[in-house]
Amino acid sequence: MSKEDFPKIYLYRRIVQAKLFIDSHFHENINLADTADEALFSKFHFIRLFKNIYGKTPHQYLTYVRIENAKLLLQSRMTVTDVCYDVGFESVSSFTGLFRRVVGQTPSSYQARQHQLLADIAEMPLKYIPNCFAEKKGWSKKSNFQEV
Amino acid sequence: MITKMNHVSVFVLNQESAFDFYVNKLGFKVHTDAAMGPGMRWLTVCPPEQPDLEITLMAIDEGMMFKKEAAEQMRELVRKGTFGFGVFQCNDLLATYEELKAKGVEFTKAPKKEFYGFEALFKDDSGNWFSLGEKEMGDR
Repeated sequence: MSKEDFPKIYLYRRIVQAKLFIDSHFHENINLADTADEALFSKFHFIRLFKNIYGKTPHQYLTYVRIENAKLLLQSRMTVTDVCYDVGFESVSSFTGLFRRVVGQTPSSYQARQHQLLADIAEMPLKYIPNCFAEKKGWSKKSNFQEV
Repeated sequence: MITKMNHVSVFVLNQESAFDFYVNKLGFKVHTDAAMGPGMRWLTVCPPEQPDLEITLMAIDEGMMFKKEAAEQMRELVRKGTFGFGVFQCNDLLATYEELKAKGVEFTKAPKKEFYGFEALFKDDSGNWFSLGEKEMGDR
């Protein structure tokens, strides 16, 4: 794939690198203006191109990445406070409010549900596996099939 | 009346490696990850915008599903890249191609405009190949 095929490919590469930078450094205090500078764009141009490709501004994307990583960490035994700071938020109340708006539950409720779900899967995994597969794998003695 | 598909299987050579590929490289979400005994695991992942479609990363084990010889044949077929298990979709193929390449995904075909759409082909860590298209393919 050459520049002759896609003359704007160099633009894509710079935006993708900025997005990957956010993916790796979301937990830090990122200055998105610096990210625009490193990608060699004006701030306006950077935001516009980023949004064209990813459907979100860089700031919206950073928030999304932080919330998604918070959801993963809340599956562990970490406290909500520790998760908040670990993913880069600076205030527990802001984190809680934002999480609730985006996910539809408070971080505590979400964590409680996730823990319940994981405990259920560990205790009764066959509830989560179609019986045909469980039987083929030899995990279930109960057959759904009848001879035809 | 059938309304939708909720499970589809992809046969993989190693579930741990497949987890890393589908979750960490492709960005899929884990749906169910259940330990079923020594060396046995039920692992399903979902594309980010299809939380109800579980892609089962199915180990190829000798047992009730595969006799020993069949398991070896199946592993060899997967390793050779015999199977194309489906077509994925993205919003921007060039950006997705650049990102997946940067993460180490092997593409067998770079993005190319075909009569049916804009498409690239890539392989998973086991050898299975997939088409990756931009939004709608064709005129449908």
